Amino acid sequence: MTPRFAAGDRVRVRAAFPPTPPAHIRAPFYIRGKAGTVERVCGEFGDPEELAFGRRTAPKQVLYRVRFRQADVWAGYDGAAADRLDVELYESWLEPERGEGAA
Amino acid sequence: MSGTHEHGHGHGHPPRPDLDDTPTYYRAMEEAVRELLVEKGLVTAGDIQREIEKMDARAPANGARAVARAWADPAFKARLVETPREAVAEIGHDIGPMRLVVLENTPAVHNMVVCTLCSCYPRWLLGTPPDWYKSRAYRSRAVREPRAVLREFGLEIAAGREVRVHDSTADMRYLVLPMRPEGTDGMGEEALAALVGRDAMIGVAEAYPPAPARAAAE
Repeated sequence: MTPRFAAGDRVRVRAAFPPTPPAHIRAPFYIRGKAGTVERVCGEFGDPEELAFGRRTAPKQVLYRVRFRQADVWAGYDGAAADRLDVELYESWLEPERGEGAA
Repeated sequence: MSGTHEHGHGHGHPPRPDLDDTPTYYRAMEEAVRELLVEKGLVTAGDIQREIEKMDARAPANGARAVARAWADPAFKARLVETPREAVAEIGHDIGPMRLVVLENTPAVHNMVVCTLCSCYPRWLLGTPPDWYKSRAYRSRAVREPRAVLREFGLEIAAGREVRVHDSTADMRYLVLPMRPEGTDGMGEEALAALVGRDAMIGVAEAYPPAPARAAAE
């Protein structure tokens, strides 16, 4: 499958909060709804959110590393402005960033 | 032995209860699955023992060799960053299914690794993770206040240097390539590898200074 995003693209993590359990969610809670920049496309992998329930025929997912500014992730982050956070995220959790956003 | 033990200060304490046989849910599950696999002839007890011994034999020294080679050989360093799997195979490490990302520390960037969701760790190169790496405190604080966490490990990162935290949530595994310490010119790979501790490859420490510098600092 063709990756929907490329390195450098601005993306936003879906602000979805499905009930857990029974879901096996691999997008950390703290990063949902946050916008960042694709650092690299990691390739295709079995979807752990499906595999966790033994659904082995589920389509594979493209995995990305997305880089966030710490100041965009945490209100009142008190480290340096240059600090960054890279998170691995599957394509199903990403959408194009809309509206304002700076790298 | 009596039911108490003596401290030599005049009184005894009851022995601490032995919890080795506490049948937790996962212990019972592990025993049941293992016994079934063996009973049905899918694996032998020996297969399981050998696999455990293989896991236990993996140690941070494996990662340290890769780092030392990278310090000593710039072409190897470039390969280690660009094609980590092939590069570590050159020094005799088959990393199995692991997808490795090598993070090079520079004067501008300090890298630090955490898995907030569980305890993902490059076991093929570093062995089993330390307990603190799996603790809720480290997993939650490393992303939220990395500089404070690093300070607790004894590492103060200058305000002008980026701290880049990597949340290892999925299929990648991370090895931090620490900066080569000052005063190590002309040192051989084996001596260099001795300066590379586990924590430096997780990114919560720098590599150790060479011995004379260490002695001078003390």
